[in-house]
Amino acid sequence: MSAAHDDHHHGPAKGLSRWLFTTNHKDIGTLYLWFSFSMFLLGGTFAMIIRAELFQPGLQFVEPNFFNQMTTMHGLIMVFGAVMPAFVGLANWMIPLMIGAPDMALPRMNNWSFWILPFAFAMLTSTLFMASGAPNFGWTFYAPLSTTHAPSSVTFFIFAVHMMGASSIMGAINIIATILNMRAPGMTLMKMPLFVWTWLITAYLLIAVMPVLAGVVTMMLFDIHFGTSFFNAAGGGDPVLFQHLFWFFGHPEVYIMILPAFGIVSAIIPTFARKRLFGYSSMVYATASIAFLSFIVWAHHMFTVGMPLAGELFFMYATMLIAVPTGVKVFNWVSTMFRGSMTFETPMLFAIAFVVLFTMGGFTGLMLAITPADFQYHDTYFVVAHFHYVLVPGAVFSIMAAAYYWLPKWTGNMYDEKLGKLHFWLSFIGVNILFFPQHFLGLAGMPRRIPDYALQFTDFNMISSIGGFLFGASQLILLFVVIKCIKGGKKATAEVWEGAQGLEWTVASPAPYHTFTTPPDPKLIHVQ
Amino acid sequence: MLPKAKLWLGLIISAAIVWSTNLQAAWELNMPQGVTQISRDTYDLHMQILWWCVAIGVVVFGVMLVSIILHRKSRGAVSATFHESTKVEIIWTLIPFVILILMAIPATRVLTEAYDSSESDLDIMVVGYQWRWEYKYLREDEGEEEVSFFSALSTPREEINNALPKGENYLLEVDNPLVIPVNKKVRFLITSNDVIHSWWVPAFAVKKDAIPGFINEIWTNVEEPGIYRGQCTELCGLEHGFMPIVVHAVGQEEYDAWYADRQESARTTRAMADNVVTAEESMIAGEQVYLRNCSACHQPTGAGMPPVFPAIAGSAIATGPLRANIDLLLNGVTGTAMPAFSNQLNPIELAAVITYVRNAWGNNTGDLIQPAEVNQILQEGQ
Repeated sequence: MSAAHDDHHHGPAKGLSRWLFTTNHKDIGTLYLWFSFSMFLLGGTFAMIIRAELFQPGLQFVEPNFFNQMTTMHGLIMVFGAVMPAFVGLANWMIPLMIGAPDMALPRMNNWSFWILPFAFAMLTSTLFMASGAPNFGWTFYAPLSTTHAPSSVTFFIFAVHMMGASSIMGAINIIATILNMRAPGMTLMKMPLFVWTWLITAYLLIAVMPVLAGVVTMMLFDIHFGTSFFNAAGGGDPVLFQHLFWFFGHPEVYIMILPAFGIVSAIIPTFARKRLFGYSSMVYATASIAFLSFIVWAHHMFTVGMPLAGELFFMYATMLIAVPTGVKVFNWVSTMFRGSMTFETPMLFAIAFVVLFTMGGFTGLMLAITPADFQYHDTYFVVAHFHYVLVPGAVFSIMAAAYYWLPKWTGNMYDEKLGKLHFWLSFIGVNILFFPQHFLGLAGMPRRIPDYALQFTDFNMISSIGGFLFGASQLILLFVVIKCIKGGKKATAEVWEGAQGLEWTVASPAPYHTFTTPPDPKLIHVQ
Repeated sequence: MLPKAKLWLGLIISAAIVWSTNLQAAWELNMPQGVTQISRDTYDLHMQILWWCVAIGVVVFGVMLVSIILHRKSRGAVSATFHESTKVEIIWTLIPFVILILMAIPATRVLTEAYDSSESDLDIMVVGYQWRWEYKYLREDEGEEEVSFFSALSTPREEINNALPKGENYLLEVDNPLVIPVNKKVRFLITSNDVIHSWWVPAFAVKKDAIPGFINEIWTNVEEPGIYRGQCTELCGLEHGFMPIVVHAVGQEEYDAWYADRQESARTTRAMADNVVTAEESMIAGEQVYLRNCSACHQPTGAGMPPVFPAIAGSAIATGPLRANIDLLLNGVTGTAMPAFSNQLNPIELAAVITYVRNAWGNNTGDLIQPAEVNQILQEGQ
């Protein structure tokens, strides 16, 4: 057995077949990350079109129908194409390395769960070229706008969502199986890096809610093609049921997009503060609490649908509670930095910006939880500002931090620190010019998802658009830095960062094609 | 930081300061306090939670900033070794919890108040349509003349398409504003005819979704006469950005006069449904009806936006049998965006727009439809 096994210890296959047929967690991680980055640029292009149209009042560049297609596709592609696959890619690359496993538990399924995605998104984006146009009902696709009133391309959208869901569920099963079964001897649960912990919990969230999403789009499919009336009031159905089902998926979904980010930041801050993470176990418990709460707060997205008072109060209180475990996390990060010995390489800059700007998104989240105030904020640019603060300088910054942090491990070369910092500062300034004025727009009364607006909103929209163009253009620097780093650069050591802890830093840089084919020395496994 | 980056940062910050000092007066930064008790309470809640967030932010980011400045390796900082403290963890779990309770109490009070729509002085039904609002004043007795009308964007298309300079109330103006009396508890019963809309007037802190199959309740009691503007806040399709809400809050006397006037004009319109119209009159009136109700999808040229919104110019229906054309207009087409117009337009408007589409853009059928004919078909349908 061992002799036969040794025969497979060669490098990767050559050419395209390496990527098509690979079962190697590092290759699949790389595929996910490149896919995510390309979707990030595509979704970003749609955002640029939106910001260009909103630069001035009046219709300049696009028709309202195309504008609605852009907002819809931007949301869908960023959520399902950019953020989620990026985290899955990081999980593929890093979880086996962090827990001392030779690969993911289910390598063939791993290949399949990735290769579904390009087809799902090819189908989704192909709707842009269809006669009926792409989906134009928002990424939340509320019925009946997305059923009886939808363009015929909605069926392609439904099938694409099914494929993405299947991919996510398989990815989640794989991650759970890997973490629970393939940890190196000595790697007890409470010694796992927080990135592994947050992903374990995220994977359970995915398995819990993706079937709900699949269910709700299937009900849409039946309403559209098979004469049912789940969401059609004229046939005895209930349009609000759609929203309950969607947000029962949708709220855990937003934590799916942020919990792994917590894990990343919890790895980076201790490294560059050269100090152990403060409150490791409370971080684990806080993550679990947030995951639990995520299932009982969904209707705070629906405060204006006319729920009974008792329902409104329950969802308000439950939502406010989320501030407690989230606060614990932020306090722990700050305490980790406190009395550390900090340096500010690019990953640390992104991580610190994450803590500050994510917390600002958290503050507006708390404001939105206050139901009477939410009546004023709901479906305005205040909400747009809120969730973009959580998702862009939140989730996306954490992914960028992770990319800079682990690039030397992936490529064997140090990235260009000067360009990395330039990328950081332009992104940081751009993202704030882009989203901060949107708080003001929302408070002053600008609804979201409108292609044109009243004159008093002009100035802040202009500023926001300028910030958008700056932020968008800056991302090309990231692309350049990554390519440059792959091509060459100062050779990275195995440890890469002075303060780095964890098994991934015990293997060579670049990480060999096969790692931990024999378990690591248990002495290398420390409490994080 | 790079010297260049510092320079840029400096420039941006000084530009921001110049901007903000010069233009702050013109820029709306905060939620309006509004003109109702609920809207002021809501504003107070908003400010209260905002200040809590600012205070927490100052403490948390303050500690962080101190660490960033003092505890850096380049200043020779050596890292401490502490990494947990149950006592501290309990404290910073409890303090936020107490703050949340302090916030939840007033929020519960305001919400309970906002939900109490009992004992209203006036009830108005608000119905969302793609893409306008219908207001129906609920009568005390069936014999009264009913006041109900549609309220749609009145900003000319030319302003939206940048052919004309934009007016002061660009996109926030309507043909028929809602009129309500001040210092009266007005209850709105909100529903929708097609997709979900949301009826929002920021100055009243009133926002409620209009959902087909549901009737939602919300109320307001406006204290100051004035004109208040809002917009639809739930994505409802193509023209979602173009269905504003305008409310005139007036004194009781003015309201009564307006209401009587509306009743009178409703009587007149009903009487006119028996008049015989000429082709020229119909074409002029029909074009107006068409531009207000049909042109968003079918386009002013009748060319439509195929295949979602079919062309009318040269179409088989608009040049085919008359009765089929009328039925389509009255009943809509199920499963498409084409709504039933029988309850959205009166017989005069229905007849005029049919005449118009059957004779405009080269659809030279020569048909002239009288309001009485349409009325006849409507009666048959019932």
